[in-house]
Amino acid sequence: MTILLDVQPGYGAIGAGLAAIGAGIGIGQIGKGAVEGIARQPEATNDIRANMILAAALVEGVALLAAVAGLLVSLK
Amino acid sequence: MVSKCLKSLLVAVFSLGMVFFCNALFAQEDGKKLDPAKIIMEHVSDGHEFHFFTLNDKRVSIPLPVILYSPGKGFSVFMSSAFEEGTEVHDGYRLLEEKYMSDNKLEEIKTPKGQPVYQTGKIYVADASGMPDASVKVYDFSLTRNVVQLIISLILLVWLMTNVAKKYSKGHGVKTAPSGFQNAVEPVITFVRDEVGKPNLGHKYEKYMPYLLTVFFFILINNLVGLIPGTANVTGNIAFTACLGIISFVIILFSSNKHYWGHIINPPVPFAIKFIMVPIEILGIFTKPFALIIRLFANMISGHIIVLSFIILIFIFGAMNAGLGWGTSPLFVFFSVFIYLLEILVAFIQAFIFANLTAVFIGQAFEGSHDDLSEHNDAIVI
Repeated sequence: MTILLDVQPGYGAIGAGLAAIGAGIGIGQIGKGAVEGIARQPEATNDIRANMILAAALVEGVALLAAVAGLLVSLK
Repeated sequence: MVSKCLKSLLVAVFSLGMVFFCNALFAQEDGKKLDPAKIIMEHVSDGHEFHFFTLNDKRVSIPLPVILYSPGKGFSVFMSSAFEEGTEVHDGYRLLEEKYMSDNKLEEIKTPKGQPVYQTGKIYVADASGMPDASVKVYDFSLTRNVVQLIISLILLVWLMTNVAKKYSKGHGVKTAPSGFQNAVEPVITFVRDEVGKPNLGHKYEKYMPYLLTVFFFILINNLVGLIPGTANVTGNIAFTACLGIISFVIILFSSNKHYWGHIINPPVPFAIKFIMVPIEILGIFTKPFALIIRLFANMISGHIIVLSFIILIFIFGAMNAGLGWGTSPLFVFFSVFIYLLEILVAFIQAFIFANLTAVFIGQAFEGSHDDLSEHNDAIVI
């Protein structure tokens, strides 16, 4: 049984990979800030957690915009 | 002790069930090529049937009604099983599928601009010899699997919520503690009211709570139902998220006031920067709902694609060496179960984010001027 894998430059995948790096860095910094805030003031954990998730979703939205663009390129 | 055994048993059954439900991939055994991209796209796109698995070339699926309108022929309604997976012409229509396209070299026919004329999965009017004719317009109003699943989750949502509302109207849980399913629903509704509605919308939150609650619960239910193996991928469909985004956009526009438009046409910035700011602000009116649309769509569809890719990796390894396929399968099943649980979390988060950002944008739209906010009460009242 052979595998049908078209070996092509894969520019779309490179773009999506770069977007993943961006998302990783962004959400990592958000997490760092959130954890430091919780360490300084544990009573504010719930507020910090809600804001962290909101900010992470915004950053991820942008990164997924780039991932969708990469997907469109590789499927055309 | 018993509950611990039960939990391990449930995890084991769940993992095995996941592998067996992806039997659609078993169809590619014995001589047929394994095309991962095609299998994944088949699973996450819309279709005219609920396809569960294919055992020994027998397709186990639930066919759905196909409703077509064509200017010359009027309405046609029949079950999609009449198409026999694209091999038969029924009632003058043909469902175009891959094998027929490659046999008749239809992918090479292009418009003057270079776009392919025929696309797989679409229904065309068939002429006398059975070839699809792309010049006759066919309007496809079928009950595809996304539509049927939308209707099912709609019925589920309305039934659950009206039952809870009836209990409240009878007096249970108003002055007493909530009982039964109210216990599950009340914290979520108060969460949406206190974390999403009130902080962003201030004292006008009650007007928008119905929409925010509807959008939150509808996205949540569709996300969760879409995670069950065998169901359709509703929220990972750009048409669905686009409709929700457009409705949010209309609500944001209708709740805007003069101050909002003043800031867009004439932002309070130094004169030279206004030339850059005004186009950006005008674009910003459209990019905010657009980001909502893309965020939900991309999150949900990428989750599905990741789970499917892990399962297909087992078959890719198996194609190279049968022993390798069996050996790596526990690892990949473990990965896909892990991503699956992450997807349940993402389902909740994305529903919350959509509702929250809609509330934020609505709040920004009717904000009002910053100097005459008289609602801030002093901390000390003497």
